[in-house]
Amino acid sequence: MPAEILLEATDVSRRFGGLLAVDCASLTLARGEVHALIGTNGAGKSTLVNVLSGEIPASGGSVRLSGRDVTRWPQPRRARAGLGRSYQRATIFAQASVFENCRLTAQAHCQRAYDLWSDATRCSDATRAAEQAIARANLSAQARRVAGTLSHGQKRQLEIAMCLATAPSVLLLDEPLAGMGPEETDRMLLLLEALKPGHAVLLVEHDMDAVFRIADRITVMVSGRVIATGEPAAIRGNADVQSAYLGESVDDAPQAAAID
Amino acid sequence: MKFRRFAILVRQTSAWRGWPLAVAVVALALFPHVGGSFYVDLVLTTMILSIFALSLELLVGRTGLVSFGHAAFFGIAAYATALLSPSSQPPSLAWLLPAVVAIAALAALAIGAFCLRARGVYFIMVTLAFAQMTYFVFHDTKLAGGTDGMYLNVKPLLALDGDTLVDLRNPRTFYYATLVLLVLVYALLATIGRSRFGHALAGIRANEQRMRAAGFSTYGYKLAAFTLAGGLAGVAGFLHAVKDGFVSPEILAWHQSGAVLLMLILGGIGTLRGAVLGAFAFVLMKELFQSEALFGAFAKHWQLPLGLAVIACVALMPKGIVALPTQLRRFRAPLLHAG
Repeated sequence: MPAEILLEATDVSRRFGGLLAVDCASLTLARGEVHALIGTNGAGKSTLVNVLSGEIPASGGSVRLSGRDVTRWPQPRRARAGLGRSYQRATIFAQASVFENCRLTAQAHCQRAYDLWSDATRCSDATRAAEQAIARANLSAQARRVAGTLSHGQKRQLEIAMCLATAPSVLLLDEPLAGMGPEETDRMLLLLEALKPGHAVLLVEHDMDAVFRIADRITVMVSGRVIATGEPAAIRGNADVQSAYLGESVDDAPQAAAID
Repeated sequence: MKFRRFAILVRQTSAWRGWPLAVAVVALALFPHVGGSFYVDLVLTTMILSIFALSLELLVGRTGLVSFGHAAFFGIAAYATALLSPSSQPPSLAWLLPAVVAIAALAALAIGAFCLRARGVYFIMVTLAFAQMTYFVFHDTKLAGGTDGMYLNVKPLLALDGDTLVDLRNPRTFYYATLVLLVLVYALLATIGRSRFGHALAGIRANEQRMRAAGFSTYGYKLAAFTLAGGLAGVAGFLHAVKDGFVSPEILAWHQSGAVLLMLILGGIGTLRGAVLGAFAFVLMKELFQSEALFGAFAKHWQLPLGLAVIACVALMPKGIVALPTQLRRFRAPLLHAG
């Protein structure tokens, strides 16, 4: 049975003046799949995530979310339609409690900004969504703590929880493992594994061990272009990928040839 | 159910944090009975400026939008009060105040729609530019007396079936009407602070990009806050015009926008109490340095010591007057340990 495609990017480009940061990149994200996006620094991964999430408009190509063309939609509208994202740098509300962080993002689905008279914390939809998201991200014990006092790993978990509180179907996670120790990485990978069944996950990541442990599909970008997409084993064996990214084979190639 | 919620609310707020506020309101209410007329007038001026500062606090403290043109709405409302008042009969408060507030809010909606396209320091400069444009409209055209300003012919009153309920010509009545409006504006902003709208504004101040990623169209929120703040500044502008019975372009000038920002900085940005305390501190300092009894001939250079005093306050109390108790406790703690 073919997996349900939730996000489909076709020939997406993004130009910054004379620089083509993303050059005709295509990508599909299916429910129940962790799709890793890898590439060297400056390959255009974050730019592609920004275009997919609507943070910056695409210069060309189209983005479809659950079958609808969202290329012209602004980011908040895409977010309400189920496109959630996390950021490379933690973007939590440091002064607020963990619970309030998640409650506030959950409020996006029941904004009712005109209702100035009722207490925000009395919106049961938002509080329930926040509690569930906190529980899924294993932060229940920290729910009342001020977010700024959490450990680095917990802040990254909170970042995911805030994303989950908005009930997204697609998760775009920009380097959720950055700066994490081995234990924290394990915990985060377990969390992603648990999220997989209900979501389509795009994982931008530099930690190759983690990527090959969890990814169902891998897309490799080099200088703004997608040079390969496929299952981890195929990517590992792909000569282009090895030469461009994994194998440092520009220098190694003559030696390898000599040994052969 | 509604009542129980209200009872809980009262218990939560008044038993704890609310008591200094209640004391302050009672003190303000009793003041005309004990203070001399000069001081009563000074407190009245300060209460009007407190409303003005509170309206800006919604933008600066709550939403993180530093507007350097907030005097525009204060001034537009003051001029609207003068222009809308008929020449002989006293206008009714029932329509004049809402009309003036609506005009100020509409002006804020129009100006905000442009200004909010800019961010950071550009936003500050664009708000200043719009406020200066408004200033020159009243300063250079004969629309409302130009540089001479214009008089308010008759002060408004509120009458029902021929019985006068509130007559703002009576200074005592005007004082209490201002106090009631101050309490109402404070209560409205406190309520907004607890609402979803208020929480979303706080989120925008902390990280607007994150709010957009969560699904909030932040432009609409900021414009609503800007409009509301303009309308509330209009309440202060209305009271100012009625109090003095006279409006001049000076109330729209950038000094006025700067002064209200200074009040927030003095009091402490981010709390409603801070806005009110800042307004009192600013007026008292200004009055102190303008006093010829204390400074003699030097009193006419009052801006100089006021400026130095503001610098000293900001250096010594970076978080404003509201944070002073915490600051003192921290300062004393090491001394206690040492002793």
